[in-house]
Amino acid sequence: MNYVASDLKVVGTRPVRPDGVDKVTGRAVFAADTRAAGMLWGKIKRSPHAHARILSIDTSKAAALPGVKAVVTAADFPDIPSEEAFVGEGPMNFRDLALNVMARSKALYEGHAIAAVAATTQEIADRALELIDVQYEVLPFVIDVEAAMAPDAPILHDDLFTAGVNPKAEKPSNIAKVVTFKKGDVEAGFKDAEVVVEGRYTTQPVHQAYIEPHACLASYQPDGQVSIHASSQGHFMVRAYTAKLLGMDMANIRVNPAEIGGGFGGKTLIYLEPVAVALSKKAGRPVKIQMTREEVFRGSGPTSGATVEVKIGAKKDGTIVAAQQVLKYQAGAFPGSPIGPGCMCGFAMYDLPNVDVVGYDVVSNRPKVAAYRAPGAPITSFAVESAIDDLARKLGMDPLTLREKNAAKNGTKTHYGPVHQNIGFTAVLDAVKAHPHWKTPVKDGQGRGLAVGFWFNIGGESTATVHVNEDGSVTVATGSPDIGGSRASMGMMVAEVLGIDVARVKATVADTASIGFTHLTGGSRVTFATGMAATQAAEKVVDDLKKRAAATWEIPVEAVEWKDGKAYPAGSNAGAFEPLDLAALALKAARTGGPIVAEVSVNAQGAGAGFGAHICDVSVDKETGHVTIERYTAVQDVGRAIHPSYVEGQIQGGAAQGIGWALNEEYIYNAKGQMENPGFLDYRVPVASDVPMIEAVLVEVPNPRHPFGVRGVGEVPIVPPMAAIGNAIKSATGVRMPDLPMSPPKVRAALDAAG
Amino acid sequence: MSSLSYAAPTTVDEAVKLLAGASGLAKVLSGGTDLLVQLRAGRLKPDLIVDTKKIPGIIGIRKGSDGGFVIGAATPGAEVEANAELNAAWPGIVEALDLIGSTQVQGRCSLAGNLCNASPAADSVPALFAAGAIAVVVGGKGKREVPVEQIPTGPGRTSLGKDEFILEFKLPPRGARSGDAYLRFIPRTEMDIAVVGCGINVTLDEKGVCTAARVALGAVSPTVIMVPEAAQVLVGHTLDADTLAKLDAAAQAAAKPITDKRGTVEYRKKVAGVLARRVAAIAFDRAQGKTNGKAH
Amino acid sequence: MAKQHVTAVINGEETEFLCETQQTMLDVLRDVIGLTGSKEGCASGDCGACSVIVDGRLVCSCLMLGVEAEGKTITTIEGVADGETLHPVQQKFLEHAALQCGFCTPGLIVAAKALLDENPNPTETEARYWLAGNLCRCTGYDKVIRAVMDAAAVMRGEAAR
Repeated sequence: MNYVASDLKVVGTRPVRPDGVDKVTGRAVFAADTRAAGMLWGKIKRSPHAHARILSIDTSKAAALPGVKAVVTAADFPDIPSEEAFVGEGPMNFRDLALNVMARSKALYEGHAIAAVAATTQEIADRALELIDVQYEVLPFVIDVEAAMAPDAPILHDDLFTAGVNPKAEKPSNIAKVVTFKKGDVEAGFKDAEVVVEGRYTTQPVHQAYIEPHACLASYQPDGQVSIHASSQGHFMVRAYTAKLLGMDMANIRVNPAEIGGGFGGKTLIYLEPVAVALSKKAGRPVKIQMTREEVFRGSGPTSGATVEVKIGAKKDGTIVAAQQVLKYQAGAFPGSPIGPGCMCGFAMYDLPNVDVVGYDVVSNRPKVAAYRAPGAPITSFAVESAIDDLARKLGMDPLTLREKNAAKNGTKTHYGPVHQNIGFTAVLDAVKAHPHWKTPVKDGQGRGLAVGFWFNIGGESTATVHVNEDGSVTVATGSPDIGGSRASMGMMVAEVLGIDVARVKATVADTASIGFTHLTGGSRVTFATGMAATQAAEKVVDDLKKRAAATWEIPVEAVEWKDGKAYPAGSNAGAFEPLDLAALALKAARTGGPIVAEVSVNAQGAGAGFGAHICDVSVDKETGHVTIERYTAVQDVGRAIHPSYVEGQIQGGAAQGIGWALNEEYIYNAKGQMENPGFLDYRVPVASDVPMIEAVLVEVPNPRHPFGVRGVGEVPIVPPMAAIGNAIKSATGVRMPDLPMSPPKVRAALDAAG
Repeated sequence: MSSLSYAAPTTVDEAVKLLAGASGLAKVLSGGTDLLVQLRAGRLKPDLIVDTKKIPGIIGIRKGSDGGFVIGAATPGAEVEANAELNAAWPGIVEALDLIGSTQVQGRCSLAGNLCNASPAADSVPALFAAGAIAVVVGGKGKREVPVEQIPTGPGRTSLGKDEFILEFKLPPRGARSGDAYLRFIPRTEMDIAVVGCGINVTLDEKGVCTAARVALGAVSPTVIMVPEAAQVLVGHTLDADTLAKLDAAAQAAAKPITDKRGTVEYRKKVAGVLARRVAAIAFDRAQGKTNGKAH
Repeated sequence: MAKQHVTAVINGEETEFLCETQQTMLDVLRDVIGLTGSKEGCASGDCGACSVIVDGRLVCSCLMLGVEAEGKTITTIEGVADGETLHPVQQKFLEHAALQCGFCTPGLIVAAKALLDENPNPTETEARYWLAGNLCRCTGYDKVIRAVMDAAAVMRGEAAR
């Protein structure tokens, strides 16, 4: 059933989250906080070379060091065949994943894992790593995406042939895949155009930069059963991937979801768990591995850097008649950049008759990319939204009016196929127009930028169990790691359905052996899909409670109504019996059919796409090129905000990450292909004094495919910031910054070049 | 078992003996905000750490017999910042030290550590150079007073002997119509290493004409440098447009930076000029009693 | 060299521990004493997740040796609440939803407490600069700053707990 907004008592309020006290008192247990009796410390030896053949690995000296209990290399892992699967928000090849977890014949990037040790202390483990003797044949390497596409570029994989080309590729290439999308006739469209803008944009790889480094604790028992405590976006994902990489039965692996200290997509892969299990098996003792910050930067996934060319043609009245893009995305050392979403998202906000998009997925000697919040979309949107801003200037048109004129609406057919349904983009643009920020004149010396963004959002498989405890309190268990307050929203939806105080409902995250399969926390899916499962489970509990009340009163179940946490006799029986509340029914459970529990598994569809628009005011120090974000407003269609504070938090956090991406974050490589800034000192994420308050404006266009109208919110907010800031800089200085990050040296150089 | 030893001597003599007698690499620990990072990263593998913080006088601020200030070498930034008299007399030094790292780092970082870590980008060092601070160095041969400019000799290198360390810094008495200031440029608003830093200390006459000046630049050379050419531009002038333009040019000419992850040669030179102008303006204002506020 | 014996007052209790010279105070708290509320995000003093208060000063426990704790008084996140009663900063973090993943939260709360101990009436800008050494990647700092400002008002008696 769908709930009507005016009836809601819990949804839309802002209660304290159930895991809150644990997290403000230091009690919450993250993976690195776990311990086990006899625990060893695992550490990983990593390649200092960007590209090298591994000639030999001699671990004998390390193994002989007192205190070292196990050493493993790729030889200790099954050599698994290539196998494609679609997981999370993108494709995954398990052979690539295995080779990323432990290099076999070649090190493909600086930081690539080569071997691992387990020892009684961290210091001994560190010394053991130094004693592992690896002989390399250093190979030519390539870092930059376009250099990797050149015909004479060093080839990473001899068996990688470009997919998606005709005729079939005959020579190995660093171009893993070419993707094309066409709608209408783009050439005819450009002939028809009266105004054309074009540009070439580049973005740098940026790291998700969660504050918690990857960590896990694994214990292999003599009977082949394994227990893992891991910090991840999906403990079922950890189980599946670990099983696959080690050739184990999933039933033999139990993954306990530790609290996760941020992921943003970066913890939808595994790096450590199979290594910890292999070490534990060899040592016969539990093994904990935690990455250093440097390892996080060198060895785990950033998102793609890219080159994007964009060309847009319009009539003088602002009607866009043709749009074209060529996108080249870095995948890192293995195929699998978010080039697909990159090709889809750039123009998804607009109703366009003629579109032509070509995308390249390109490998180079960098860490394998991992998902990062709306993977692929921020890059493509930076280019498109900058170009739209240029178009507005060229047409002499207000940038909001231009977007309104071309905005996608319900029924708009996208260039990649699907037709937009139940979207709230127009409502978002209306909210921008009505917002005081947009209506306030820009302050002297400042500039204002506007940009919009889109993300699909996903649904998928989720399981939730609702238990009515013996005293009438309620426990909700799901399989979704809580990365940003989802326990609160689960509890609220269940409390709403049951009609009880949310304080009586506690939500937990259950381990892989204690709840049905649940897809990972990603794609902005949890409140939608897992929330749907939890809502339906609560509804089943209500049905059950009604039956039990009916049986108690000996009246038909149809004559029982559930309201405000109580069963009431209804219709002709109205008033005939005292209502039975949840506690009373729970007390009688043994006599009315046993435990009151419902479990629901769903494969949720109809996630409901999300649209956002950001307004940003900046000032620019023209002598140093330093950009200050003076005011920031982020408007987004969130469907229905279950817990508005956490919805706002997603939007504010995504915007701040976008500000970092726009202004300062980048991977800096030296001439040897080594990362020069693998720490928070020189990989510059925004600090508290870098950003203003970020006003999140929640537009609620309910998603009819969810009982409460939820649509995903976590990813959209990172899509618009780069272009919003670039457009604001253009407005403040007259200079277009096509290359990210728009760091002070680049801004100053651009200002100097412009005179 | 670890091979790294630790000692926390309570006298200068004891500390000197420990340093002199160390068989391998011995490092002096004051605030530790650089040393511990280097230890953890494996860039430094000492055999002995000598924690000097228990030596009387090495933490704290007092007035010298000449009317100047004596700042204990290991006095944490937060304690320096809280000293009202020092803030009034040498705001440039206080604000420079205050710029090092976070609030947390301020709880530990010291002038001696910042100087002896010998980074060309050290924030407090251009301000100390500009002030003409003197380092009181103790060692096996006794006590010697060394102008701070003579301490760093290259990135990570100092002129101190194996058995020497800095006990305290002396700042000269503050004359009338004098002011100092320090600014650095960083990409963010906090938590970065200086791309360029500039410290200037001036004395003016009643008409606002500069009678003495010291200008120092950071992060544009292997060590922090004094820029006498820039000081000469100021002496004999008020801070008019022509003087500012010449100061900018002198700072740019003196800057011999490298291109690295924090900036390019071209950019650093330009910013050296920009900062010199901005810092001079604050220092002149302070000398004329026009401002008491922080420069950042 | 053999392990060092250290005595310090941690969260109000006299505590003895043994540590090796190279172990940081953070290593000692987490791996020796078992106080895992302080987090390691970087081990280089750049993220603030390990913030503790030592003799009244806010420091990164990753930038202090365990042996330096001798004779010191240390407050970690585990010592911020008064028994069952949360500190106003903790309470306001909950009410304002100033945490998402919760990993940086202990460090932020310790740092915010240290701020309000020293400056009961900070401006937003002062709060932002004081907390600049505490990285948070989830919240964009908005609700964190609101929580700190609100906690300050409560502690001044100007707002409801």
